[in-house]
Amino acid sequence: MTIMEPRKHGSSADGAVGGRLSRFEGRLKITGEAVYALEYPAERLAHAVLIQSTIAAGLVTSVAIDDALAAPGVLMVLTPEDDLGLTVSADWQGNRPEEKPYYPLPRQVEFNGQSIVAVIAESREQAEEAARLVRITYAPQEGVASLEDPKAGEGKRLDQLSVAWGDAEAALARSPVRIEATYRTPREYHCAMEPHGLTAAWEGDQLTIWEPSQWAHGMARMYAEWFSLPVENVRIVSPFIGGGFGSKGQPLAYGAVAVAAARKLGRPVRLAVTRPQNFTSYGGRAATRQTIALGATEDGILQAIVHRGASETSVYADVPEQTGAATPILYKVENFSSESRVVPVNTVSPGALRGPGKNPSAFGIECAMEELAHALGMDPLELRLKNYADRDYQSGKPWSTRMLREALTQGAEAFGWARRSAAPRSMRRGNKLIGWGIGCGTFPVIRAPSEAMIRILANGRVQVVSGSIDMGQGTYTILAQTASEALGVPVEEVDVILGDSSLPGAAIAGGSMLAGSITGAVHKAAQAARDELIGLALSEAGSPFRDTGANTLAIAGGRISAREDGPSLTLPQLMAALGRDEIEVRRNTLTDDVQSAEDQKKAWTTMSRVQGPTMGDYSMHSWCAHFAEVEVDEDFGTVRVSRMVSAFDCGRLYNPKLVESQWRGGIIMGIGQALLEEGVIDPRNGRTMNANLGDYLVPTNADIPDLQVISVGVPDLNASALGGKGVGEVGIVGVAPAIANAVFHATGKRVRDLPITLEKLI
Amino acid sequence: MLDFSYTRARSAEEARAAAGEPAARLLAGGTTLLDLAKCGVERPDTVIDISHLDGLSDILVDGTGASIGALAKMSAVADRADIRHAFPAVSQSLSLAASQQLRNMATIGGNLLQRTRCPYFRDPATFPDCNKRNPGSGCAALGGVTRNQAILGTSDHCIATYHGDLAVALVAFDATVRTDRREVPIDAFFLTPDDRPEQETVLDKGEMITGLTIPATVAARQSTYLKVRDRQSYEFAAASAAIGLDLEADGVTIRDLRVALGGVATKPWRARTVEAALIGKPVRPEIIAEASRLAVEGAVSHGGNHYKIELAPRVVARAILTVAAHLNPDLNPALGETA
Repeated sequence: MTIMEPRKHGSSADGAVGGRLSRFEGRLKITGEAVYALEYPAERLAHAVLIQSTIAAGLVTSVAIDDALAAPGVLMVLTPEDDLGLTVSADWQGNRPEEKPYYPLPRQVEFNGQSIVAVIAESREQAEEAARLVRITYAPQEGVASLEDPKAGEGKRLDQLSVAWGDAEAALARSPVRIEATYRTPREYHCAMEPHGLTAAWEGDQLTIWEPSQWAHGMARMYAEWFSLPVENVRIVSPFIGGGFGSKGQPLAYGAVAVAAARKLGRPVRLAVTRPQNFTSYGGRAATRQTIALGATEDGILQAIVHRGASETSVYADVPEQTGAATPILYKVENFSSESRVVPVNTVSPGALRGPGKNPSAFGIECAMEELAHALGMDPLELRLKNYADRDYQSGKPWSTRMLREALTQGAEAFGWARRSAAPRSMRRGNKLIGWGIGCGTFPVIRAPSEAMIRILANGRVQVVSGSIDMGQGTYTILAQTASEALGVPVEEVDVILGDSSLPGAAIAGGSMLAGSITGAVHKAAQAARDELIGLALSEAGSPFRDTGANTLAIAGGRISAREDGPSLTLPQLMAALGRDEIEVRRNTLTDDVQSAEDQKKAWTTMSRVQGPTMGDYSMHSWCAHFAEVEVDEDFGTVRVSRMVSAFDCGRLYNPKLVESQWRGGIIMGIGQALLEEGVIDPRNGRTMNANLGDYLVPTNADIPDLQVISVGVPDLNASALGGKGVGEVGIVGVAPAIANAVFHATGKRVRDLPITLEKLI
Repeated sequence: MLDFSYTRARSAEEARAAAGEPAARLLAGGTTLLDLAKCGVERPDTVIDISHLDGLSDILVDGTGASIGALAKMSAVADRADIRHAFPAVSQSLSLAASQQLRNMATIGGNLLQRTRCPYFRDPATFPDCNKRNPGSGCAALGGVTRNQAILGTSDHCIATYHGDLAVALVAFDATVRTDRREVPIDAFFLTPDDRPEQETVLDKGEMITGLTIPATVAARQSTYLKVRDRQSYEFAAASAAIGLDLEADGVTIRDLRVALGGVATKPWRARTVEAALIGKPVRPEIIAEASRLAVEGAVSHGGNHYKIELAPRVVARAILTVAAHLNPDLNPALGETA
């Protein structure tokens, strides 16, 4: 099945890799032609709705379902009484220590908003109405509402996340200038435009799931493990995704419920998670709290960093939000100590949200650095440059590339930082206080293998086939550019087919790793296809190049040519001469020692072949520096970001237009994080009180000023085959501290807990 | 499926007759009814569609005032040049409310009757206790999340804020609500919760708003609506103020003043004590600021909403000074940086 219909692409004049092509699938989305998971037609489709818990903790003692079963159109009601026959799946690495049952509708309530019951009916509306008739009785238990709940305690120390070198405590005590402060971030949510949900259909023991996915192969594996199927029997179809931001990388309880219901009913089942249910069906960014102490000499040389962080997690899984992730690598420091804790509370397990770890970590260290600059009476830009890290002091390795100095200096130049008046409250525009602040960001280069297939068709068109996904970041577009460049065909002759676990394997679209990984595989496959085509042209009987005897054939602009005066054919002409319907080449970027079928399967469906930023000779990261200007109305406490300049080192940019769009998207989310976003929890029962887009505030267009973005990167061939570093997440990292620092500069008030809402400033 | 009957009323009389049934609801723009049906607050038996009825969406403005039909769309009223000229606060209160899409659908009559955004009111599955939904059951908001709850006009039975913007401007300018049976001054139209939070207006069952009348006054023509919130657009007010001002010939002494507050009270809140304290006084920032504090006389904090007690008077003061500076640019230097 061709998920993406063949279509014309941008003008070849836009160039191949490095060209500023617009997104190929953009028009399909704007015009509504793109079909999303909940829109796939299916015959005899049944509809499932979830009923979620309304208490934080307790046991489900009974579920009265007779009235619901008697309601019009109802086919089935699933409760904790029903054994759905599922088995716990393996973890991200593929480790599955013991086989135990999995209950996606559990009897033990672990958080408010947990799915407990599902009602399946002929129509969505019938299922919703019947769901009202279900009566759940609980034996409530005492719950812990949030990280700040007095009952939450200090939690558990995570040794593997605790880092130290030198003697930080002693060096801090000796330092003539010290600051110490505690920073907090609240629960934040993905709020993807497309809510969660799926359509699931069984044919015998073959399962097809239409579900938005950041990782089709990994999700297929996890579903297969739940349902005790060979992974080949599960197909995830996800050609278009309405935003993920980390929320769509794994199957979730509602998915298990829908697939189980489809199996029990012998009919396809669709389950749409409502917007309020989205807030508790997958966890957002965990609330965090971190205390940072910095010691420095009087001329601003950092002597010590002591970091103590904690994040909330659920009562059933330890999922840390690593507040110490950016702290050790942003600055040169000889004495460092960081400890991390997780504090179990009655929440859904937190999830990965754009820039996990690095984001709250940067909020802490980047606010602390400006607090230190203020204590020193030093310009915060100067302080950062003075403590520039010449290498990675945590791993001891050299940077592969680190253009953060250039990001700081060029960003400052573009922003006009030199015109900053140092004293807080010293800049005004009309009746508004003006403030300028800096926040640096970083995100690791995470490398993973991928696989890709290239097909050259008789009509000369080229297909790029990959199971990787495009959630709006531009995979379709950059893979066409990559194949175009490697093959020498115009980009409009390339069709890209993505988003299906039955297609060649790929890295997850997470951890900012997909683009670097999949362009490498496509480039390799396209070069092999080109070599094969040239080889056939030189060897096949029907080829006019057979007698040239030369290995100097070139493919450019969709034509294959020998020397200047030799023959020149279009690709369709050559394919006809060769008598071929198609040429198909499949390549992967696994090392030679792990090419068995079993090794490959594991590589595409787990994280076992993923490499972190220091698993090699270098320490590799993307970097950025944000410069924010805010206007504060001091009477009202309202803050508006009036302009931002952000400079990035993300290595080579495969498509600057799409990269800039990713950066700006991250910055916009960062503005929301700084000023608006906060999951509000009822302290009595752990209920999320603003689980909707009217009350959970994300920025509107009116909140976003001009965002100037600058690239200062250079190709980094250690980071990826084509020299790029990750672009998707680094953009949000450092935005919130830049704004918090600007608010301090404007008002003289240091707000250390996000978001910076008006009551904190009046 | 929630089974309900849908009736497309052929006339206002027919609609009124049908609306007298116990669980009947009138459907105009639908932006509130659909929203509340989705969160389980509204479960109508009968929906009577009046959106197409003739003669209820006219907007007439003349020297005596404005007459606005109940079915006029928010955006249509906001965009009228004559409304913007004679009643700038009314136009602004509409433009600053909701989103463009909602303003294009929602009607003036429905806007007045919008229900509170109290999250406890809107989550009946989790919080059965709500005296508005279920009289006598209690108020889950007390002791809960209160950042957006009211500080004025509350009772032990309900602290839910009336979040509408338009009604705040209308209260400031003594508008009248016309129904099929009577005309009611808008300040008397809305009720504080007291011990009957379920009764939000004086409308009887089956009584239908047919329109509004806003008298033309100098204060209404010299007015503004100031809405303060964290998000620049599409958020309810943390605090808002509708202000109308007339100055004596000296350009300094306050001849007439209208003050109403939004986002802080259980109903659109006219602050007559502020008006009385300032009429006859000169426009000076410190005098305005001090008198504006009277706007929150009797305010009750519930913790999370405490900031509104500080914020609301500042919004009132700023709005008064903004209109004053507009009327008399010479005041600008005297008003300093706060204008």
